[in-house]
Amino acid sequence: MDDLKAIVESLLFAADAPLTIEKIRSILDTPDSAAIRSVLTGLMEEYETRRRGFFLKEVAGGYQLRTRPEHREWVRRMRQSRPGRLSRAAMETLAIVAYKQPVLRSDVEHLRGVDCGGVLRNLLERGIIRVLGRKDLPGRPMLYGTTKRFLEIFDMKDLGDLPTLEDLQELGEVWPSDST
Amino acid sequence: MEQTPAQKPYHVTLGDVFDGPMDLLVHLVKKNDLDIYDIPIALIVDQYMAYIKLMKALSIDVAGDFLVMAATLAHIKSRMLLPVDEEQDDETEDPRMEIVRPLAEYLQIRHAAEDLTERDRLDWDVFVRSYTNGDESGGEDPEGLIQISLFELIDAFQKIIERVSPQHFVDITLNTISVKSRISEIADLLEERGSVTFEEIFEEQATKGQIIVTFLAILEMAKAQIIRVMQHVSSGIIRIFNG
Repeated sequence: MDDLKAIVESLLFAADAPLTIEKIRSILDTPDSAAIRSVLTGLMEEYETRRRGFFLKEVAGGYQLRTRPEHREWVRRMRQSRPGRLSRAAMETLAIVAYKQPVLRSDVEHLRGVDCGGVLRNLLERGIIRVLGRKDLPGRPMLYGTTKRFLEIFDMKDLGDLPTLEDLQELGEVWPSDST
Repeated sequence: MEQTPAQKPYHVTLGDVFDGPMDLLVHLVKKNDLDIYDIPIALIVDQYMAYIKLMKALSIDVAGDFLVMAATLAHIKSRMLLPVDEEQDDETEDPRMEIVRPLAEYLQIRHAAEDLTERDRLDWDVFVRSYTNGDESGGEDPEGLIQISLFELIDAFQKIIERVSPQHFVDITLNTISVKSRISEIADLLEERGSVTFEEIFEEQATKGQIIVTFLAILEMAKAQIIRVMQHVSSGIIRIFNG
């Protein structure tokens, strides 16, 4: 297939979710995932060298075209995005769930030293975290984990993209910023 | 400084200022530039309690969590004052570890949360193509087509039936075609062409009976949502679409 690159590009353009190599393979009915992988890498490099307004990113186990962060202000203006910033309480809770999953609400609250019920519920409703199951403890408390959506939102290929807690502490300043 | 917010009934919770007792503790340790593994516990207890008192004086609600931490700190302080039993020295650990361990863990989480915040966030820093799912018939049609009401359809039907020549009025062929078979004929036509105008559908329908059956078929199909009946805004032409 000479125009494999263009075909894959079409699929990426029309896809409504990150496209996995497996999915591309089944659509094109080809067993050659190495060829697809090399085409994807080729596209990535092409967008990069030509400084396109979008780039190809490996995210949540698939590949997705995304607008360049440098142009965020313009796209926000078009989308009329409201600052959907997550509060620090939400970010801390999310960080705990991401790093310690599967994790109990009581563990999250123990680490943060405050009630986290509302924050957890909000994250659940937004599909950023999910209930992974119940722990075999009295009351069968729920165990939380992150979703695929979490990977998509925070620009990660998989959970392995999270830096280790030790690395974070070494890389960052001694103290995290106090800004709220 | 003419009008300060302080003139409003002043009522905030401590949670608005600090996200929790751990947060306040981090603030204090940071402010005093302390090593968390060697915290002068007396100093921290004093400052922590000073904050709580200040908050109370400002009539800021102090959540129970903050008081629990205050008690913990006070407990550690009192244990620090106890003479250390030389013989058991190896087994008794520094009482401050009770607070140091969670503090260190919390700090890690703070770093992790900050790292997450700095990532290129979807729908904020980076964007993907958006989809407006489903909803094909509703809303604005790109080609200037609007969905028409039953009354408009009846108006159009009347125009067609008026055109039928008078001699056909006496034709009794009404029972020869059923609505059902007409539906399948229209369905075939739509499958072939995708869409037809209202007029086209009636083209070969010579008799009044055939016209009525055709009209009934269209109504049935529209009801079953097999077809969509749209009217062009400017030309007024009614067009019937597949599905």
